[in-house]
Amino acid sequence: MTAPEVAFYGAGALAVLSALGMVLHVRNTVAAAMSLVVTMISLAVVYVVLEAHLVAALQIMVYAGAIVVVFLFVVMLLNLRSDAFAAPRQRLLKAAGAALMLGVAGAFLTLVPRSLPSVRELPEGFGGYRAVGAELFTRFVLPFEVTSLLILAAVVGAVVLAKRRLD
Amino acid sequence: MELLLPVVVKTLFIILVAVGAFAPVITWVERKQSAVMQDRIGANRADIAGIKVLGLLHPLADVIKLLTKEDVVPQGANRFLHLVAPLIAAIPAIASFAVIPYGGVYQFGDTVVNLVVADLDWGILYVFAIASIATYGTVIAGWASNNNWSLLGSLRASAQMISYEVTMGLSIVGLFMCFETLRLTEMGLAQDQTFRLLGFLERFGIVEALPGWLSWLQLPMWGVFLQPLGFVMFLTCVMAENKRPPFDLPESESELVAGYFTEYSGMRFGLFYMSEFIEVVVIAALLTALFLGGWTVPFLPQATIIGGLTPVFGAGVATGLCLVLHVLTFFVKVIVMIWLQMQIRWTLPRPRYDQVMDLCWKVMLPLSLANIFVTGLVILLAGSGS
Repeated sequence: MTAPEVAFYGAGALAVLSALGMVLHVRNTVAAAMSLVVTMISLAVVYVVLEAHLVAALQIMVYAGAIVVVFLFVVMLLNLRSDAFAAPRQRLLKAAGAALMLGVAGAFLTLVPRSLPSVRELPEGFGGYRAVGAELFTRFVLPFEVTSLLILAAVVGAVVLAKRRLD
Repeated sequence: MELLLPVVVKTLFIILVAVGAFAPVITWVERKQSAVMQDRIGANRADIAGIKVLGLLHPLADVIKLLTKEDVVPQGANRFLHLVAPLIAAIPAIASFAVIPYGGVYQFGDTVVNLVVADLDWGILYVFAIASIATYGTVIAGWASNNNWSLLGSLRASAQMISYEVTMGLSIVGLFMCFETLRLTEMGLAQDQTFRLLGFLERFGIVEALPGWLSWLQLPMWGVFLQPLGFVMFLTCVMAENKRPPFDLPESESELVAGYFTEYSGMRFGLFYMSEFIEVVVIAALLTALFLGGWTVPFLPQATIIGGLTPVFGAGVATGLCLVLHVLTFFVKVIVMIWLQMQIRWTLPRPRYDQVMDLCWKVMLPLSLANIFVTGLVILLAGSGS
């Protein structure tokens, strides 16, 4: 195996393991959040191997560096104890969850190998900030602006919700 | 593996210089500088067989002290997270050096030497990404300690560091627009030139009205001259990220005992302490690379230096001398930037927490957006750059 292959499979395995760790640690919320951080960083490594450098940097800056920090902030403020999660056993819900997961995994395994695109030669500068920026502001300018409008609406909503309690 | 050896040598060099030499020495510089500013003598007692060398042995004594201290883990602490938190704080600080160039590109016959460990196209984004991971060291340390002072410290740290990361990124967008790159080595090369201070006014016919010397005034094309506001804002943001005074709210001894590392002792505390000083060096190196022309000598481009030395020493030695000169220039600038940070640290008092957050969201964020707008306008009106 070449060095990029080792990095790809290693980071992929770490991403899956830490994602599992997050789900299994659900009673210790801080540990679960830290597992999520490891998942994010491993995904960033996968992106680097796939030449998507800008996405890798944003993955760490935005997801690992900001969003999960806010998760942690909330978790620490709430100061959840592990017994807060000792809910009554909901067998039906668990069975439905397992069935859903099996269904998704089955669909993934049957559909993805069939529709995998063939390997293409990457264009010059693929995945860099220049190429992504140019695409974003030419071909995808409308979705980009609509997204920013959505985010603005969310920000205004958050401010209104936070302000209501102060007045 | 002929590719691996240069990388290992360059990594070892920058880590030995920055982490092995600069960081311990500036713990001493910090004590001496505060002593000078407060009319005291400062650290001068540690000695080996009576040799004191101005107190420079104090960092060594500190390390021995920290290593031999009792390592306390409080009751009810999360032992694993308590153990890894100092590591999460220290590793990103060291990893940032990977993309900071401490010299240019030099041609020795057939071999090309470039003095940077990893010349990434997205170099500065790498630094930001790595820096955002460092937040976890602080946050986890406070939570894992099972102590209310620590928790308050880490809550403050998480809010402060996320907020200032936003303005830190926005404050240097103007610089990217001037140099049209994110690669730190290309930024360094772009700063190896000079520009006429009022050159862009020529298009508007204003220059004729000015005195002659003013219109011919030349400056090195450094980020600090192109983006003075960007420099001040970036400096403020990185100092806030570093959490040293005047932005030491997460730690503030007078309110929170010692903030997020209240429950740390021995070498675990030492790692937090060292990572702060390593960050000081990272910040100085980053400011140098972005705003102070990196390794370049003002008014003496690389071609001029090598061209001037070649008749005397021959091409190979001339290039080698230029390399040494550039590396020395880089570290001189780094030392100046470290001095600036120390000066600020011992001059300004600590603001209240709401003032720190107001400064970020109500002053710096609008200012940085205005800076981007004005930079774009000037570039558009003046044609090409500057």
